[in-house]
Amino acid sequence: MEELLQRPNLPEVPMAPEESLVPPAPPDGLDTILYEHDERDARADLRRQIAAMELALARLFGSAFPRKNIDFSVPGMGGPRLLSVDELEKVRDGLAARIQDVKADLHDYAVVEESNRELIEEMLADPASHKWERVYNEDIGEPGCKNWHATPRWGVLGMLLGWWRVKLSSGCPLAKGLRPPECPPNVRDASAGGASHPRNRRRPRPRRLPPRHVSGARTIAPRLRGAHSP
Amino acid sequence: MEQLPTSGPGRGAEEPLPDDWEVAPEPGWIDPALAEEFPGLSIVSTAIETTTGRSPEALKERLRTLSDRIAGAQAIQLRQKPIPWAYRVFFRHIGLDPDTTRTPIEQLIFERMHDGRFKSRNRVDDALTIAMVEVGVALRAFDADRVEGRLGLRLSAEGEGFEGRVSPLPDGTIVVADEKRALGILFDRTAKGRGVKRGTGRVLLAAIAVRGVPDIALEEALWVAGSALRA
Repeated sequence: MEELLQRPNLPEVPMAPEESLVPPAPPDGLDTILYEHDERDARADLRRQIAAMELALARLFGSAFPRKNIDFSVPGMGGPRLLSVDELEKVRDGLAARIQDVKADLHDYAVVEESNRELIEEMLADPASHKWERVYNEDIGEPGCKNWHATPRWGVLGMLLGWWRVKLSSGCPLAKGLRPPECPPNVRDASAGGASHPRNRRRPRPRRLPPRHVSGARTIAPRLRGAHSP
Repeated sequence: MEQLPTSGPGRGAEEPLPDDWEVAPEPGWIDPALAEEFPGLSIVSTAIETTTGRSPEALKERLRTLSDRIAGAQAIQLRQKPIPWAYRVFFRHIGLDPDTTRTPIEQLIFERMHDGRFKSRNRVDDALTIAMVEVGVALRAFDADRVEGRLGLRLSAEGEGFEGRVSPLPDGTIVVADEKRALGILFDRTAKGRGVKRGTGRVLLAAIAVRGVPDIALEEALWVAGSALRA
């Protein structure tokens, strides 16, 4: 071993001159055609990716109904015109990011809605422990105006004697009369006790949460719209 | 298109739509640069002798029937259907956000949801509405007497003007054009004086197809619109 280390006459690996590291320039005229074709293929590939992502986003849009306040927009690039590779990449990346955001939002909604379904079961099993609480169809991710409301039988008498039950509403009121005046979008949510986005919903009271796999930085809580004490 | 006066008597709800009319679509030209980048992009057109003005009762009745067929469920699922999805994808490819600049079919469905029905505007717009909602293909109408040569799609030249616009078009804008000038920006406004207006006797219907839209749909869209126009 020492001999090997001390032998000064070992042939060294020939190093290439620095110039050879630079690829030779293509012949005149070839570079332009070559690069144009490369970019065309890249653009076509990006367009295929955009098409697939647009379909994925469209499916998420369909499955998200009737949940609201989910942002599906991906900004455009100021067309109509031919987009460069960079611009197509921006569109592609925007779609990819939007799909991830929408999936995260839907996951958050699913957690809250599952918790609210459990709450309905608990209300049905023990109405007296959930006095005056109300869960709407919207809270469990379904369309319509149905709601479950824990109320006493026979009004004050039932309240004093502890005769509580869960009353199921009969659905949406029939459409008649003039349309009510429009109010700012936040008014209804504010009166209901919180913003409608699941990440912003406040908990009306302590409650057990289902196991979660998302970061602990975000606070998700079951939404109890209209839950209040008498 | 603005509200136009009625075209005259003799067009009532009892008059049947002419089913025997045959469309003769004329294929338009496509700029080679566009054709190479967007295979499947095409435009076909057909000219129709008609009158402008308010829609006859038969056309209004078709709009009402169509309104009853389109509800929220269809609106939610629309963007997953092949033809509307193809237009949404093309919008992304040319730098438009289809949620801001809606595709023609989505714009109509949005108005249907907003207004509660398809509002009758005039004969030409109503005919285009019926055809676009039934088939899904993007249609446009021009004054045929003010179009020179065949229709086509191309990129705007540097500094090219656009009637009704003070500043020139941005270089490379995709436009619908005849052999002389730009008639409209693709999926956007029509050049001033080139659209259908009061007194137009011949309407040039143009169907714009993108990749994923079958050729038969173009012909069908033109046929439906033409039949409605001739009602």
